[in-house]
Amino acid sequence: MTASLTLIAVMTVLYATGVYLMLERSLTRVLLGFLLVANATSLLLLTMAGPNGVAPILNDGTTTDDIADPLPQAFVLTAIVITFGVSAFLMALIYRSWRLSKADEVIDDAEDLAIAQRDAEVEAELADPDHIDQEVDHLDELTAAHDLAETGEEQP
Amino acid sequence: MTALVPLVVILPLLGAAGALIAGRRRRLQVMVTIAALVAVLVVSVFLLIEVDAQGALVMAVGGWDAPFGISLVVDRLSALMLIVSAAVLLAVLIFSVGQGMADGDDETPVSIYHPTYMVLAAGVFNAFIAGDLFNLYVGFEILLVASYVLLTLGGTGARIRAGVTYIVVSLVSSLLFLAAIAVIYGALGTVNIAHISLRMAELSPDIQMILHIMLLIAFGIKAAVFPLSFWLPDSYPTAPAPVTAVFAGLLTKVGVYAIIRTETVLFAESDINTALMVVALLTMVVGILGAVAQADIKRLLSFTLVSHIGYMIFGIAMGTVAGLGATIFYIVHHIIVQTTLFLATGLIERHGGSTSINRLGGLLKSAPIIAVLFFIPALNLGGIPPFSGFIGKLALFNAGAQEPSPLIWVLIGAGVVTSLLTLYALARVWNMAFWRPQSEVETYESSLLDELTEAPGGSAPQQESKNSPRLMTGSTAAMVALSVALTVFAGPLYGISARAGENLGNPLTYTNLVFPDVEDESEVDVRGEAR
Repeated sequence: MTASLTLIAVMTVLYATGVYLMLERSLTRVLLGFLLVANATSLLLLTMAGPNGVAPILNDGTTTDDIADPLPQAFVLTAIVITFGVSAFLMALIYRSWRLSKADEVIDDAEDLAIAQRDAEVEAELADPDHIDQEVDHLDELTAAHDLAETGEEQP
Repeated sequence: MTALVPLVVILPLLGAAGALIAGRRRRLQVMVTIAALVAVLVVSVFLLIEVDAQGALVMAVGGWDAPFGISLVVDRLSALMLIVSAAVLLAVLIFSVGQGMADGDDETPVSIYHPTYMVLAAGVFNAFIAGDLFNLYVGFEILLVASYVLLTLGGTGARIRAGVTYIVVSLVSSLLFLAAIAVIYGALGTVNIAHISLRMAELSPDIQMILHIMLLIAFGIKAAVFPLSFWLPDSYPTAPAPVTAVFAGLLTKVGVYAIIRTETVLFAESDINTALMVVALLTMVVGILGAVAQADIKRLLSFTLVSHIGYMIFGIAMGTVAGLGATIFYIVHHIIVQTTLFLATGLIERHGGSTSINRLGGLLKSAPIIAVLFFIPALNLGGIPPFSGFIGKLALFNAGAQEPSPLIWVLIGAGVVTSLLTLYALARVWNMAFWRPQSEVETYESSLLDELTEAPGGSAPQQESKNSPRLMTGSTAAMVALSVALTVFAGPLYGISARAGENLGNPLTYTNLVFPDVEDESEVDVRGEAR
């Protein structure tokens, strides 16, 4: 099996930056990360096609050894189309999310907030009450902000 | 008869197109979609009869024989999955039509619901008949993209939040699947499942293991296997009731189906059954412990869904013919019962205005029909004899006991405990929502409720109680009748499942369908060998 070192290097960089971006909190960066990882996967498919060759049309004495493997290219085309559709949908979703909460971020998970709040309340019983009360208040605010986003009403 | 095979994908897609064209005429749209699904149901009944008689049907798309063309393969497992999913999709569609009529959504712009639903159906059916890894990927993508739209229908804040998690997780699993396909093509020079199976022996065990694990992680996310199940209880409960019902019944099972194919045909030689057993154990136990802590019925059911995936993984991990047969029976049972429970919960939500057991009460008196429709599948899921849940679990444990090992005994024990805890969680729902008088809801104090966590949004004001139209109750009742029929006709159904399990027991059975009369790889005349 022969493979182009450039393609592999580019693929590695795309995977690395893509995964990094997908772990970010901003949804736009998640989208960019997804696009990079999808392109890296397309490069992986292309790399797996083997050595370069001419177009797979058998005339003028071309033999099967000269031509490039067309199947992975068909895979890549399909993958590109799917990625295109999904990223359009993601953009619509991000826009809707931004309209609802005026924030381009993954919203706090309500369950996590509830658990954090419960932990804080338990601690408040054990430790210095004044200090912890503030923390609980802060969490209350967060939950309130979250509930506001949940109701789905646009803020002026 | 092979001409029938592609119909199960074409008909829903035509139905989707028809529903889109008829977008403004609601009644016509409903008729088009129902007609398409009924046609698929009829076709899959024919397919099951034919396949059970003669073994399998293989269709080479466009007349190009494997491994050059795309093959569509329907064996007993595929045919059984097709018929069950067609029935479930039809029942849920009728339920949602009833809901739409009752809520008068002629004015609201959800005319995309029916076309999207049909695209989802096409994706599910395509995944079940794919004889080709890339076609399986396309099937997955079709159903996932449709599910993104259905999950975020209406675009409220809660659905967008849940949708983002679900979509990003699904995208990662899809890309992982695609990367796995790329690497498998690089290693073996083919994506035809039967052909991969024949060539797999050429690879060293280490490379086989890498490919195997890549595929399993991709499918594990879709099937919601612990520790890849975190997304499910978060995203499913926010969707509309019929959407949740069909997701819970079918989407995870498509993942389980893919895992069955991976374990039995693709990587029959490469053995990670011990790891799968541990994963099955954790899926069962962690899932059900999550369910026990929930106050919201939808979330509780989502956790039991995760937990019961563990039983199927257990059956697959045994890898014996008996274990596979029991798993197939269990999948059929679980698709129907889990969907029924979610539909019944939809009825509870309409009637009681909430799905939290802290707020519901007195439903037995005020809605006896809903009570019956919830009670029967609840007992069934908990595994009470004589229901199909009991038969499936018994068959699984029986298959396990035939190959005794300490790990299998631990799994059987965990399976029994999970079953009991499922019953406990559902019996508590019954006690609180149905048996408790409405008047006691405000002042009720019980240690049963103390440690329950309210779902996100559980503090939302109680909605008004709405009447359930007959169509909704009727389709739920039909699903309950179907789940009881699984018990009554358990003999023939188990017979088909066991025969399907036998088919899977030997990978050559599958490869011979696509390449008849081939004993090993050297006899397949193919151009490009692995480069």
